[in-house]
Amino acid sequence: MNKTNIRKGERPGVMHILGRLLKYMFKYYKIQLAVVIVCIMLNSVAAISSSIFLQRIIADVIEPAVGGLGWDGVKNSLYKIIAVMAGVYAVGLICSFVYTRLMAVVTQGFLYHLRRDMFERMQSLPIKYFDTHTHGDIMSCYTNDVDAIRQLISQSLPQAFAAAVAMIVLLVTMLSFSIWLTIVVMLGVLVMLLITKKIGGNSAKFFIRQQRSVGKTEGFVEEMMNGQKVIKVFCHEEQSKADFDAINDNLFKDSESANRFGNILMPILGNIGYVLYVIVAIVGGLLVLYNVPNLSLTGLAAAGIGMDIIISFLNMSRQFCFNISQVSSQINAVVMATAGAGRIFALLDEKEEVDDGYVTLVNAKEDEDGNLVESEERTGIWAWKHPHKAEGTITYERLSGDIELNEVDFGYVENKIVLHDVTIHAHPGQKVAFVGATGAGKTTITNLINRFYDIADGKIRYDGININKIKKGDLRRSLGIVLQDTNLFTGTIMENIRYGRLDATDEECIAAAKLANAHDFITRLPGGYSTMLTGDGANLSQGQKQLLSIARAAVADAPVMILDEATSSIDTRTEALVQQGMDALMDGRTVFVIAHRLSTVQNSNVIIVLDHGRIIEKGSHDELIKQKGQYYQLYTGAFELE
Amino acid sequence: MIKKLIRSVREFKKASILAPLFVTFEVALECIIPWYMVVMLESIQGTETISIENIVTHGIILLLLAGFSLLFGILSGVFAATAAAGFARNLRKDMYYRVQGFAFSNIDKFSAPSLVTRMTTDVANVQMSYMMIIRVAVRAPIMLIFSLIMAFTINAKVAWIFLVTVPVLAIALLCIFKFVDPIFNKVFKKYDAMNESVQENIKGIRVVKSYVRDKYENEKFAATAHNVRKDFLKGEKLIALAGPVMQFSMWFSILMICFLGAKIGAQAGNENTANEISSLIVYATQILSSLMMLSMIMVMISISKSSAKRIVEVLEEESDLHNPENPVYEVENGDVTFEDVDFKYDVKAERRALKGVNLNIKTGETVGIIGGTGSSKTSLVNLIPRLYDATSGHVYVGGRNVKEYDLETLRNQVAVVLQKNVLFSGTIKENLRWGNPDATDEELEKACRLAQAHEFIMGFPDKYDTYIEQGGTNVSGGQKQRLCIARALLKKPKILILDDSTSAVDTKTDALIRQAFKEEIPDTTKFIIAQRVASVQEADKILVMDGGKVADMGTHEELLARNPIYQEVYYSQNKTNTNGEGADVE
Repeated sequence: MNKTNIRKGERPGVMHILGRLLKYMFKYYKIQLAVVIVCIMLNSVAAISSSIFLQRIIADVIEPAVGGLGWDGVKNSLYKIIAVMAGVYAVGLICSFVYTRLMAVVTQGFLYHLRRDMFERMQSLPIKYFDTHTHGDIMSCYTNDVDAIRQLISQSLPQAFAAAVAMIVLLVTMLSFSIWLTIVVMLGVLVMLLITKKIGGNSAKFFIRQQRSVGKTEGFVEEMMNGQKVIKVFCHEEQSKADFDAINDNLFKDSESANRFGNILMPILGNIGYVLYVIVAIVGGLLVLYNVPNLSLTGLAAAGIGMDIIISFLNMSRQFCFNISQVSSQINAVVMATAGAGRIFALLDEKEEVDDGYVTLVNAKEDEDGNLVESEERTGIWAWKHPHKAEGTITYERLSGDIELNEVDFGYVENKIVLHDVTIHAHPGQKVAFVGATGAGKTTITNLINRFYDIADGKIRYDGININKIKKGDLRRSLGIVLQDTNLFTGTIMENIRYGRLDATDEECIAAAKLANAHDFITRLPGGYSTMLTGDGANLSQGQKQLLSIARAAVADAPVMILDEATSSIDTRTEALVQQGMDALMDGRTVFVIAHRLSTVQNSNVIIVLDHGRIIEKGSHDELIKQKGQYYQLYTGAFELE
Repeated sequence: MIKKLIRSVREFKKASILAPLFVTFEVALECIIPWYMVVMLESIQGTETISIENIVTHGIILLLLAGFSLLFGILSGVFAATAAAGFARNLRKDMYYRVQGFAFSNIDKFSAPSLVTRMTTDVANVQMSYMMIIRVAVRAPIMLIFSLIMAFTINAKVAWIFLVTVPVLAIALLCIFKFVDPIFNKVFKKYDAMNESVQENIKGIRVVKSYVRDKYENEKFAATAHNVRKDFLKGEKLIALAGPVMQFSMWFSILMICFLGAKIGAQAGNENTANEISSLIVYATQILSSLMMLSMIMVMISISKSSAKRIVEVLEEESDLHNPENPVYEVENGDVTFEDVDFKYDVKAERRALKGVNLNIKTGETVGIIGGTGSSKTSLVNLIPRLYDATSGHVYVGGRNVKEYDLETLRNQVAVVLQKNVLFSGTIKENLRWGNPDATDEELEKACRLAQAHEFIMGFPDKYDTYIEQGGTNVSGGQKQRLCIARALLKKPKILILDDSTSAVDTKTDALIRQAFKEEIPDTTKFIIAQRVASVQEADKILVMDGGKVADMGTHEELLARNPIYQEVYYSQNKTNTNGEGADVE
């Protein structure tokens, strides 16, 4: 968890975030929540009513009975009171049943909507978002933060609301009995609130510190567990233990402090309640003794306070304190949840990837006159459908795969240009290769073509159309991409290949696998094409995963291909086999290749050597060898790019 | 399982005992205080004219009681926090220490992320439960019993009602949790699966966007989320019953207390009836809420049960390798001999990673090893520093069986540069000193010159003090490999093993490294595993591995003349250019 994020949630935003959360809930569950509110109110009135009934029983049953009326004289009034009481409780119970059930529905339903909204928003975010947020941070929105919100809305909020209702009812009752004593109770309450604020604040502070310590420990353990074999090889165990001890002891101290503050709040508040009880008793006694005229909501009475009022006041002050500690015990949950909600709202507020494109990609065929017309089925011919707003006409442009970058500048961060003045022209059917060290800008260029990022200056044209005019989805659909990080999804092998084109038949998927030379190893797996892949294909070797991702791209059958280190993890012998498939895949298409091994790029039409975001050499293999420049040195192994 | 866990309490035993002890005192006072309040009320009511001294005396006693209760409450809270946090600290420590003692085969068994989860999330769950247990598990039963006793002392004719409501509530809660437990077990698995699929989506976001699969992903997620919601709701609806059931028992008790109390009181003409009723109501609250607390503990324990299991799995894992009883602390020379060595990664596995390997290498020789993926090149060299034990046959280093050596001695003399190598966050110097903590700056420099790393290190602004980020992300692959070689050289080993350790280094530098080895450390036995024939071409002996067997052994010329595998690899790398395979960029 990130420290600044927590801070943000803690500051003035708390009420604001809570308000937004409630509004969000009401959007989906207006009626249910209205019912819940009414039910909680009725239920908490029923809960408080016991002290009122008790008073009636004392006044109408016990005192008269003891005073001489006897059991027979009072039994009817007792039956009556008990009957009413049973009625009130029955209503309260029904309310309780209804609202707990409804809250379960609302909580789960709301979390469902929240998750979907988060996920859908996430799908629409630009790649930049994923560059600037770690996977762990994004994930913790789905796990920790949603859990915290669940706790808040299923427990803390209803409990706090019930307590608030109870306190209001109690306050009104107290005021109607005696304003003097109410003031005493309120002073006590004020003290409790101050203490809650102090200790609760400390507790929250240490909980946040504990979170940070947990993060640190997690980071350390992760690094060491990943390097455990190196530790063994260097007999570094003792040192590693000592390093761990230091970090672990810190976590212990922070966790100890956090929990201490958390643990002592309840006993402190509870016992202040007792102190208040005593003070009320003493003040009440004094009021009676000096016969101070009682002031209540009904006005100033001539007579002083009676014993009955003091006794019921003592009860009410207890109940009031009980409710305050109920609310206080939820403080940590509320702080955590608002911090979490703050992060979730930040995700939901992220700006979606903008798409102003209006040129779309369609299947096309030629009519009798040789003109391109739109087609419903796949024809193997693609066309750009270009509506012209001014004239109100639509033109069709055949997709040929002519891609041109003209004096392109780009920076991931504003004012920090990483690509300078890049000009490349890939003619239809050409193979263009990028060579250069890490950070030279090879992948960046391909990321600009599919508009993962937008260029700062210059132009990129696709079949003569500025790519900003093309709808992003259609642009990307026209580009088949195989990345170095393979990223397979949980599901069968067949499903993973079909990811390339959802309506592909089994036969088409198998044909694609054969093309990528993946068919052999797939059929050797126990489940064949139905083998389940989990954890990003953990049961496959890196090379096999790459073959699958090539098959996935093959089934997509896009007119232009981008291969970013697609064969880096395949050994030289296998690569020769894959290469045949790749050649078939590349045949007749415009292809951009980024490769680790120079042997892979040799047969390209154009090889572009990049260094620090600039093109330093450009030409075919033979031309570049003749130039005896950077490429030549690389090729002869005299130079290492770093 | 619990016994194993409890062993980690150690120095926090005192706090673990004091916490519940103070809880006991606190609970006792909590039960006495309401009773004393009644005493106070009776004394106020009993007198005709109100006596302030009376109130003040009772008030002071009550304040004292509250003061002690506060003191005990704070003490128990403080000790409980220490005990639980300390227990958690020891659990993490014990697990971490345990892992440090793992052999390679143990490490293979647990994945790194799973170990991280065990040491963080799982320990946090157990810590939480432990705190609950030492605080609440004592509080609830004591409160229950104490309050019941008080209730019966006050009026047994009314208090019998608890004998009805307590079992009813207990049984109802038990039933609810019995039904809920399996549901939640199932749901949490689904919930984890949902989160895993989100993680997969985040990791693969570039693929998702490239194939424009956002709608597809949204639908897939909606279906999963819907499923999770449905199952959760089933469980939550059951859990939701606990509230009304609790309230029912509570209100039913109150109702009966009022009715019976008033009836009996009226019939007997008892003046104290009112006070009796109100204190019985207070005890009713305490009795029933302590039952509720007990049920909460049950939930907590059932949640942390699986966490505890995962922790114990690590604590109980026995290392597969042990130091011999009278270890040898000196490796005489760099001779390496394999005698009919068979090796399996798992005793139960059918596949043998190594089959009948016989080798005889003399000190100072350079041995190249070549072969396709899965031909067990790495498995072979891992047996030399005893990272694994041979399943059958013997491995000798310096004329002695590797099992006779002290592990640390052996591994210091047999330096391995692993294929999957790691630099740690820290400066270059700190990383290098892993090889030898006492190495002087001159020694560091010498090792780096040998590994051809000195030059690029000097090119960094902070030179040898350059900070390496976690995972070594701020140096290139080739630089990382050379740093790892330098680190291994600092051990001044008798045997040096490079497991595909120069794959990202350009051919020229690679050649320089090999030349430096030849000139500077001629007495060290060198094993070089490589993909590039050029890297092993000049070795004294080249092993060709195939399917776990040594298919052939000889010099470059011999193998090129007679071994088909070697020929194939050689020609596939040399068909397009004359300089080996050419440079691998990065």
